[in-house]
Amino acid sequence: MADQILFFIEVVVGGLLAGTMYSLVALGFVLIYKASATFNFSQGAMVFFAVLAFVGFMQDFNVPFVLAFFLAVFLMIIVGLCTERLVLRPLMNQSEDTLLMATIGLGYVLEGLAQAMWGVEVRRLDLGIKDFPIPWIADNLKLFISAIDLTAGIVAFGMIIGLTLLFKYTKMGLGLRAVADDAGAASSIGIPLKHIMLLVWSAAGVVALVAGMMWGARAGVQFALVDLALKALPVLIIGGFSSIPGAIIGGLLIGAVEKVLEVYIGPFFGGAIEGWAPYVLAIFFLLYRPEGLFGEKIIRRV
Amino acid sequence: MKPIFMTYTRGDLINLAILLIVGVVIIPMTVSSGYWYTSILIPWLCLALATIGQQIIMGYTGQLALGAAGFMAAGAFACFNLILRVPGIPFVGALLISGLIAAAFGILFGLPSLRVRGIYLMVATLASQFFIIWMIDKFGWFKNYDSSGIITAQDIVIMGKPFTSPIEMYLVIVAVVTPMTLIAMNMARGSTGRNWMSVRDMDIAAESMGVSLLKTKLQAFAISSFYCGVAGALFAFTYLKSLEPVAFDIKLSFKVLFMVILGGLGTINGAFIGAGFILLFPVLLNYIGNNVFHGAIDATIISAIEQVVFGVLMIIFMIYEPLGMAKLWETIKIKIAGLFSKK
Repeated sequence: MADQILFFIEVVVGGLLAGTMYSLVALGFVLIYKASATFNFSQGAMVFFAVLAFVGFMQDFNVPFVLAFFLAVFLMIIVGLCTERLVLRPLMNQSEDTLLMATIGLGYVLEGLAQAMWGVEVRRLDLGIKDFPIPWIADNLKLFISAIDLTAGIVAFGMIIGLTLLFKYTKMGLGLRAVADDAGAASSIGIPLKHIMLLVWSAAGVVALVAGMMWGARAGVQFALVDLALKALPVLIIGGFSSIPGAIIGGLLIGAVEKVLEVYIGPFFGGAIEGWAPYVLAIFFLLYRPEGLFGEKIIRRV
Repeated sequence: MKPIFMTYTRGDLINLAILLIVGVVIIPMTVSSGYWYTSILIPWLCLALATIGQQIIMGYTGQLALGAAGFMAAGAFACFNLILRVPGIPFVGALLISGLIAAAFGILFGLPSLRVRGIYLMVATLASQFFIIWMIDKFGWFKNYDSSGIITAQDIVIMGKPFTSPIEMYLVIVAVVTPMTLIAMNMARGSTGRNWMSVRDMDIAAESMGVSLLKTKLQAFAISSFYCGVAGALFAFTYLKSLEPVAFDIKLSFKVLFMVILGGLGTINGAFIGAGFILLFPVLLNYIGNNVFHGAIDATIISAIEQVVFGVLMIIFMIYEPLGMAKLWETIKIKIAGLFSKK
């Protein structure tokens, strides 16, 4: 019996830690949504683009790790700049659906560019952290927890705390929130809209890079990352589109629930229910609490 | 006198007659190479039909659904099982019933649309996409316990006559797509379509005018997935000639979405233009790759370029012409007509 409980805890913890990876993707999404009320469908493609560029710099040009990281960050800032100039600005004041469709197009562009530049084969990414259980925890608590999952969890929490503080307590964060609330009013009192947008897209790019590094170290840098990143959408629905803590809680919830369902109910149906379980969970949330756990209530004005 | 939008003008009828003559008489008489049928005409018409389905839900009713491929898979496997398990069922009957089965799924997964919209609905419909494919994949019954994963589709037999050559299959598809397109056009210009469009443009106003949101949305979902289901069955039986759940993955859903957006939201002819463009552009790129660069460009690079071009076009159309290529075509026609009338 004790073994079973231990196993259950292990499944839950594994799920929670894997869930932080969803949170990381969702985080980039929330950043952009908060500042520009745009559903950025291309966040998954940004994850793929950023980490593929990072690995590409390291492997094809033998750039050292740190330099490759900053090159990738720089690249994501350029992507942010181009997006702001070429996609968002011409579409200012358009409906949400139009912007959403434009970001689907943007996602396609990023996926295509990444593959044209760096090829389509799966690349290994070695961060020096192994996907093996940590011996100390395995010995003392009898829980098998992968080192990379734990690292991802710590990194995700670090980023979330940092971003929350940024939004809450800095002048810039205040500007961001003002822009998100009413872009027109914000710019009329002198908040530089362009800079804010650029900043947000760059921040989302960096978050995407970190998320991609975590995913890539675990599953290899490959196109499937884009599909995995789609799971950030149910995470957002559960957590709320505009809440940074919501992204993390939603990610943890999805991670844990999908693992538990997969392990305990999956075998009855031939497995692989992870593929759709998060979406169905999201539907139930939509029926009972459409704004998510922490989201602001959606008010539609006539 | 009937209101003008209810009647077809003489021009419409002449266009229809010309298209029918070209489609049923001239093309079968002049085009003899199987390649044109199997690689271009057949997939074009099948996907155009699916695009009409997506068009109904997205372009006319304004619901951002992203599950066309799931409903296509439902239709395809329903058709396979009906022919397999119901002895003596006519092909057209199986096709219609599989459309109805897809429509049932459409209603089920359309339910969230009553409460949510935009990206929320998109996520809800993604559930249908993943769930339907998973269900077909995991329950052996749907695949007749075939372990290879790829099932050969049965031959199309109508009134005891097999339709197996490319040209015969093409004619079958024309015989299905033509009436369904006409019906879709009629629905779009009649009261049904007007209800859809009122929900799209302002659902609250529509409701206060007495349009039932529940009925209109679910009806649109049902009809949309009916079209997708029939299209999926045709796609599997004539183009793929096999049934595998992988063929109906999320990528196909995105493709159909692109066809709708590039073709033009809220137009039926846009469905054909969009499907044609998305289908032919890669063919053109490959042709350029093989004949201009003589295979110097890797095939993966070409498909990456194709993705970039689709994405860029999507953004450009969103910015400059949200009504897509169909509107562009109209504008060009008016410009040309204007040139002539000045003289």
